[in-house]
Amino acid sequence: MNFDFSDDQKFLKSEARKFLEANSPTSRVRKVLDDDAKAYDEALWKAVAAQGWLGAAIPEEHGGLGLGYLELCVIAEELGRAVAPIPFASTVYFLAEAIMLAGDDKQKAEILPKIAAGELIGAIATSEGPGALTPNSLQAAVSGGKLTGTKLPVTDGDIADLCLVLAKEGGKAGLFLVDLTGPGVTREMLKTLDPTRDAARLTFKDAPAQRLGAAGEGFALVEQVFDRAAVLLGFEQCGGADKCLEMAKAYALERYAFGRQIASYQAIKHKLADIYVKNELARSNAYYGAWALNTNAPELPVAASATRIAASEAFWFASKENIQTHGGIGYTWEMDCHLYYKRSRQLSLVAGAPRVWKERLVSHLERRNAA
Amino acid sequence: MDFNDSPEEAAYRATARAWLEANAPKTAEGGYDDGEGAGSMAASKAWQARKAAAGYAQITWPKEWGGPGGTPIQQVIFNQEEGRHPVPPNPFQIGLGMCVPTVMTFADEATKQRFVEPALRGEEIWCQLFSEPSGGSDVAAARTKAEKAPDGSGDWLISGQKVWTTGAQFSDFGIVVTRTDPEAPKHKGLTMFWVDMHDPGIEVRPIHQMSGGSGFNEVFFTNVRVPDSQRLGAVNDGWRVSLVTLMNERLAVGGPSGAGWAQFMEAARNITGLDGAPAIKDQALREKIADWYVATEGLKHTRNRTLTALSRGETPGPESSIGKVVSAMQMQELGNTAVEMLDQYGIITDPELAPLHAAFHASLLGAPGLRIAGGTDEILKNIIAERVLGLPQDIRVDKDVAFKDLPTGR
Repeated sequence: MNFDFSDDQKFLKSEARKFLEANSPTSRVRKVLDDDAKAYDEALWKAVAAQGWLGAAIPEEHGGLGLGYLELCVIAEELGRAVAPIPFASTVYFLAEAIMLAGDDKQKAEILPKIAAGELIGAIATSEGPGALTPNSLQAAVSGGKLTGTKLPVTDGDIADLCLVLAKEGGKAGLFLVDLTGPGVTREMLKTLDPTRDAARLTFKDAPAQRLGAAGEGFALVEQVFDRAAVLLGFEQCGGADKCLEMAKAYALERYAFGRQIASYQAIKHKLADIYVKNELARSNAYYGAWALNTNAPELPVAASATRIAASEAFWFASKENIQTHGGIGYTWEMDCHLYYKRSRQLSLVAGAPRVWKERLVSHLERRNAA
Repeated sequence: MDFNDSPEEAAYRATARAWLEANAPKTAEGGYDDGEGAGSMAASKAWQARKAAAGYAQITWPKEWGGPGGTPIQQVIFNQEEGRHPVPPNPFQIGLGMCVPTVMTFADEATKQRFVEPALRGEEIWCQLFSEPSGGSDVAAARTKAEKAPDGSGDWLISGQKVWTTGAQFSDFGIVVTRTDPEAPKHKGLTMFWVDMHDPGIEVRPIHQMSGGSGFNEVFFTNVRVPDSQRLGAVNDGWRVSLVTLMNERLAVGGPSGAGWAQFMEAARNITGLDGAPAIKDQALREKIADWYVATEGLKHTRNRTLTALSRGETPGPESSIGKVVSAMQMQELGNTAVEMLDQYGIITDPELAPLHAAFHASLLGAPGLRIAGGTDEILKNIIAERVLGLPQDIRVDKDVAFKDLPTGR
């Protein structure tokens, strides 16, 4: 049994933590939080690119480090822990993964090296309105290589260069690549729950669109991309959840009430134990997701669903109970608790809400049992 | 990252597998009962003796204790392979896992020589007599007293009551924690002894559990005379001795218990739910199935992380402490959800009318016990908070008070 990260991967993780503690302390995250016009931390983005992280899982022939997904997972965990305000997920988990999954040789050769070098920011646009998107409700359409329609919210849509867009063509859904710096694209920044991660409304009017993968396979391809992203987002969530537990513990030990440390009350001890239990369940599921992603195992859809459900629950629970443990001070803008509470919402919703994933998981289990 | 054996582990597994193929029972002859009664005892003892002779009884025990001096991961591998065979129940684990190691740590050489190997071969069974009516979670509150016999022989007389003693009805020996100094604070007036369970002053009565079963006992001591040579550790040092016993308990981690998500799914396919559709189409139930699956997988892979540490010869991390808190609560919720899914029919436990639902009823009625046994949910959360997270211990108002002066509520 060797169900753990290697020493090299653990070293990378500790180096990533040091790097982000130096380059993305919450005082820096707050520059994005407090400035409505600032969509992301450009300096951090450049520094992360210089570390090679954007291309960690991109093959060397396409300008990446060609390490693997386990390395990307440990980086993701540290980014989540640091609530890093950069378009890493949009660019790496969604765009790069979609290109590697479904791109032709030309698309790979053109796009992947730019991602690895930090020269290209990505995004994915599926949602068009409240509620889950279905093949019947999909409105955006491509005709003659031109896309028309509206997508919102698109995380990083206001800063991305290249966007994956789910749209129908000849009545069938496909996934398309659209140059957001090109003609026919209007972007508006949206107000969102998590101001450290921006989102936009994208309006397309005859914007040139290039299909990625086979015609009619749009939803299937998005599912595959989401499965891969779910594992990586799950590590970000684990990182954030662990940080919340540490914050809650530190505060409970330092805060006195009724003549005692509040950490000595069972109401607080058991709350923190509950956070720990959920965090460990999430971490163990995420490890399995990492294994499935790294080996491209047939179990990936089930493992990714379990990772997403467990990690979403853990980060949500840890972030809300961290505020509760802090009491009144935890509800202030100046304390960092809300950065994690808000990021937990962003991460839980960006690739579909947990209840959508629960339904997917049970559907997979039903098919597996029937087979 | 993978789930593979190392080359050494694979070799050990192959050897163990071959030995089991040649030696394990081919069928559960006559069916085994729940492991508590005498029905399967002869088979259990025969199987234990065969394992002991081949070095598979207590694999991590050193050679001087009669074991092969193997590693924890070898024990896990053997358990995995043994689990594929219809072997009889194992009534020896409390004795070999907790009592005998305590004897090995504190008894004199003659006692060790006398007891260790017969226990290993399954010839003699041991039980652990700690919990009392007045002290479950608070083990150090034991009131069973041991006093020096008035005849000046140096013997001790033990009187009192123990409770929730697993296997007392078929045990030959036990280790018992007693109060020897009620004037001292509670942790400082305890002494541990080993006793012969066949003593006429010891009476074992089965406890009738709320589930209807009787897996545990009350044990009454009435002036049980014990020579001083049966003392384990120093007089009034019994708390430290009991910590050695309990430390061994925490290593005995269990697997999943009760009916699981897959059984629930199977039942839900065949039961009418809302609007006449099968219950499996009910979105509320589907979300619960997903949650149970995720928690079950989470525990499974947490065990895999623990095994990885064992495989590397490291001490497992604290994550192994979450198992029972999660599984006992889930067992209760799953059993109850299944019963509610059956609607009015859910109250029927008659095996002829509800043959497929017995596992859910068993979970529903067994879970309250599992949430208490071997550390209540609350104690386990305290353990996580204190030993894993490093939070302060609860304030102890009984620490520096003579035991006899502690309030008892009655």
